[in-house]
Amino acid sequence: MSFIENLPFLSVVVFLFAAVVCSVLKPRAARAFTAAVEALVVVFSALTLFYTYTVGEPFRYNMGHFDAPWSNQLRAGVLDALAALAFSSVLLLSHIGGIRYAKIDIEQKKQNSYCTLLNLIGAALMALSYTNDLFTGYVFLEILTLSSCGILVIRRQGRTTLAAARYMVINLLGSGLFLLGVTLFYGTTGHLLMEYIKVGVENLDATGEYSIPLTVTIGLVSAGLAIKSGLFPFHTWMPDTYGTATPTSSAILSGIVSKGYIFLLIKIMYRVVGTGTAAMTAACHILYVFGMIGIVMGSFWAIKSKYLNRMIAYSSAAQIGYIFVGIGLGGDAGFRAAIFQVLAHAFTKPLLFIAGARLSEASGDSQAFSALQGSAHRSRAAGAAFAIGAMSMVGIPTLAGFSTKLYFAIAAVEHGTLVDLATLAVLAVSTLLNALYFIRTVIRIYTPSPAPEPLPTFEPSPDKHDPGLAAAVGFAAGILFLGIFPGTVSSLILTGLSMFG
Amino acid sequence: MGNLIYNYEEAVALILFSVGFVTLLFHRNMIRKLIGMNIMDSGIYLFLASMGYIYDRRAPIVEGGDTNPVNYINPVPASLVLTGIVVSVSVTAVMLSLAVRLYERYHTLNLDEIYAMSRRRSEHR
Repeated sequence: MSFIENLPFLSVVVFLFAAVVCSVLKPRAARAFTAAVEALVVVFSALTLFYTYTVGEPFRYNMGHFDAPWSNQLRAGVLDALAALAFSSVLLLSHIGGIRYAKIDIEQKKQNSYCTLLNLIGAALMALSYTNDLFTGYVFLEILTLSSCGILVIRRQGRTTLAAARYMVINLLGSGLFLLGVTLFYGTTGHLLMEYIKVGVENLDATGEYSIPLTVTIGLVSAGLAIKSGLFPFHTWMPDTYGTATPTSSAILSGIVSKGYIFLLIKIMYRVVGTGTAAMTAACHILYVFGMIGIVMGSFWAIKSKYLNRMIAYSSAAQIGYIFVGIGLGGDAGFRAAIFQVLAHAFTKPLLFIAGARLSEASGDSQAFSALQGSAHRSRAAGAAFAIGAMSMVGIPTLAGFSTKLYFAIAAVEHGTLVDLATLAVLAVSTLLNALYFIRTVIRIYTPSPAPEPLPTFEPSPDKHDPGLAAAVGFAAGILFLGIFPGTVSSLILTGLSMFG
Repeated sequence: MGNLIYNYEEAVALILFSVGFVTLLFHRNMIRKLIGMNIMDSGIYLFLASMGYIYDRRAPIVEGGDTNPVNYINPVPASLVLTGIVVSVSVTAVMLSLAVRLYERYHTLNLDEIYAMSRRRSEHR
């Protein structure tokens, strides 16, 4: 066994170890240690990706000295490693990008606890990326939910506690449905390891036995994870949650936490249910319809919003809708579009939150659009970063959003039915709506403020030595890479999908 | 109907799950929501526990050199229930701490009232 085959396990354990260590470190040391661990896991994930791509097949890592199905198991293929790489990179960039605000928003004595929570989120995301066991997936799903609630509520300001309560209630509903689904999978197939469940499910699908319980089970798991990731109409917690948390938390919650749930759902669809089964088709249709409604409604509420952070949050509801439309379209083209959107949104939304926080800081800490006028002139770097993120969301060529929309269009026309027309129409309407609120915002922040002396208290000099700028450059590089080299990423995703099942 | 009576433990478990789910979703009081969540989870644990027990078989501890698995029940569901209980307890603790914080700030546990109060104070700005 190559040493690299230990890296998925080490990625989880290193984060768990760092979480414990951070609880006794001083705030400054905890921040540095957490950033170092996040960077280390980025390297681990990149090495795992390179290894699995070179070898051309996934590897399994048994825990507990027994072979499957008696042991707990991790499994790493190209897609698992790609997801781990994206999650760990965005975690690192969001962490360093929002350090400035975390220092202000969080009490000094809780700064190290915040790092502990970030490490727990890292551990949970790595476990969700690599696990091959459904119940382990459930446990880390809950760890992810609890630590997400922690990074939200640690800022004791405004309505964060109320936002956290609503977030938890919706998430617990999703967790309950998911756990019941896992229990039913175990009851019908006798296994918890994904590949073994799939054998049982395929047998049942072929014989037509237990077709209703199977459909209900798949429906429960899909609904549970869709609710947790904020699919319409369960997106109502988003504006409060993303709008009131400290920018690092908003970036992590919108960029990667919801994607962790979606990645587990895609994994279950490929590795547990199999995309060809009849029950799967029914679940996909429902997700497709809610995804389509979510795209339009999310954009509609974003347009109506009067505050920048709430607008970005509502836009997330629309972007999550895109992912579920991709899943609903099905086939490799549909899942490729969904996974590409997961990556594109994971890099774009945190950039918008962090740049938005800086623009707000340059406007007297107000998120209202009226106050943000001309803020891009008061903080040039943040203005440029926000413009890049916004243009990507609209779908300007050479940026990630354009490639995503292209892959969605390709997935839609492959069907050759009325579904194409509906998907393409919603894609067009959504692009128009995105342009309406994002370009309007960019124009607003670049329009000089009418006030004779616009908020002179803000000094642009902190831009030069703040890690926030480095993080913004990192996010922008990711967006440009996804926009300029979509073929490379697409081939990685397709290779990953071929070894995912 | 016959199946429902035969599998009465599973049926009760699903009824408990539904009661808990609806309570968690629709009740406006935080503590009632929390109780709903615990009922919902207990329903699932009952489902798992009843699935794990097979009538007329022994506890999964080898006695008298009998290693034939047919004579023993499956121990895995019991361990899943234990793990699930640990998760539930953690979630309950976090939710209770949120309820305490909400009460300290708004002096009520009714989420509708809290939401209205928060709007009046324009806390979302």
